[in-house]
Amino acid sequence: MADTFNRVKELIVEHLDVKPEEVTLEAGIKDDLGADSLDVVDLILNLEQEFDLDQIEEEDSEKIVTVGDIVTYIEKQKQEQK
Amino acid sequence: MSHRVVITGMGVITPIGNDVTTFWENLVNGKSGVGYVTQFDTTDYSVKIAAEVKDFDPKDFMDRKEARRMDRYTQFAIAASKMAIEDASLKMDEVDATRVGVYIGSGIGGLGTFEQQHKTLLEKGPRRVSPFTIPMMIANMASGQVSIMSGAKGPNSSAISACATGTHSIGDAFKIIQRGDADAMIAGGAEATILPMGFAGFGNAHALSTRNDDPQGASRPFDKERNGFVMGEGAGIVILESLEHAKARGANIVAEVVGYGMTGDAYHITHPDPQGDGGTRCMLAAINDAGLDPTEIDYINAHGTSTEINDKFETMAVKKTFGDHAYRLAISSNKSMIGHLLGAAGGVEAIATALTIRDGVIPPTINYEFPDPDCDLDYVPNEARKAKVRAAISNSLGFGGHNATLALRAFEQ
Repeated sequence: MADTFNRVKELIVEHLDVKPEEVTLEAGIKDDLGADSLDVVDLILNLEQEFDLDQIEEEDSEKIVTVGDIVTYIEKQKQEQK
Repeated sequence: MSHRVVITGMGVITPIGNDVTTFWENLVNGKSGVGYVTQFDTTDYSVKIAAEVKDFDPKDFMDRKEARRMDRYTQFAIAASKMAIEDASLKMDEVDATRVGVYIGSGIGGLGTFEQQHKTLLEKGPRRVSPFTIPMMIANMASGQVSIMSGAKGPNSSAISACATGTHSIGDAFKIIQRGDADAMIAGGAEATILPMGFAGFGNAHALSTRNDDPQGASRPFDKERNGFVMGEGAGIVILESLEHAKARGANIVAEVVGYGMTGDAYHITHPDPQGDGGTRCMLAAINDAGLDPTEIDYINAHGTSTEINDKFETMAVKKTFGDHAYRLAISSNKSMIGHLLGAAGGVEAIATALTIRDGVIPPTINYEFPDPDCDLDYVPNEARKAKVRAAISNSLGFGGHNATLALRAFEQ
């Protein structure tokens, strides 16, 4: 979980040009970290690649609002892949 | 009512300087910006030289996140526009921003973005292609991004006419102000195609110089030994303003834009009209639009690409346009030093033309060694020349047979 969060954090810092301390589990990707709709898609594509995930369905990606939502989603996928 | 239009600000990113002062000093001193390509491995390419922009850090002009979602050509446009706006002391909150427009084109657009994402598409599949691909690639995005950066909410569009793009953009913007549709325009061109596809495409069209053993001697417009253009990159952006608007805010006036002509060759996709007809009509159109007599033109900032046919037919067109006066006026090609900036060429060269008028110094055509009987005019060989320039024209001729000419004049009340 901590490892997943750190990797997600690194990716967000890189893609959204925000400070690492701004990336908390509660931070809203759009509201707090300044992402627009294209940033969110870009982030999701990069998460899929980074974590070797199956394509994230649109209805799932729409539920991703906070950094914590991303971490939870990835953890759940990893469980299912096992 | 027709408005007079003046240039009140300038910004450049070029192979010989990333600000107007450095660029102009190097241009007057005959400094070449050509060298071996550093942006990609040219091992398999017949051409290994280009005029690259050096020491450009987009972060000097925008934050990292913005830079990441812009192609290099748009980064150049943003940088040059910021410098031009600052040079003009144009403060968007002190003017009517809905009356300030943007007209910036690119001959090709985000070729680097396309190359990169197409590679991703082929190697990793469609799912991995960045959602920023299209907004980064499209050739109008410099105009879009500059309006977002500056807050200019007036007329916003872009010309796309290959190597004539920059001149068309400034000419079209000039007309927008002249007819009263805007008070000021941020206008010019930007390009960044020193890339594998740019080199393979232009190289196989035999447009590029293969003088790989002598990079700085490769761009030699009007010289008998010329054998192609040297690709450059960068951006040239001017602030155009109605004279009333410029005066009302006490702006510094560099020169007046007085005429604009554009024609089509209706001949061939890459080869210029061998009678020089399109170029001739274009220059005459600009001079007539300016209400000038051809004998009042003291200087031509030539398209002068250093290809065998451009320089020959451009010379022919100059003679047809000016008659005996063709032998009295001065002509030079900035491309001898900065290479061919394609869609940005007209932007940078309009700035050089304005500075020529302002300072009374004509930049040279460097690498001029061997006279060509087809090119027998005064090309200001190798050394800059002090001369009073009352009025000047700047030519751009593009693939597709697009011709564009701007006429500039020293500003007088």
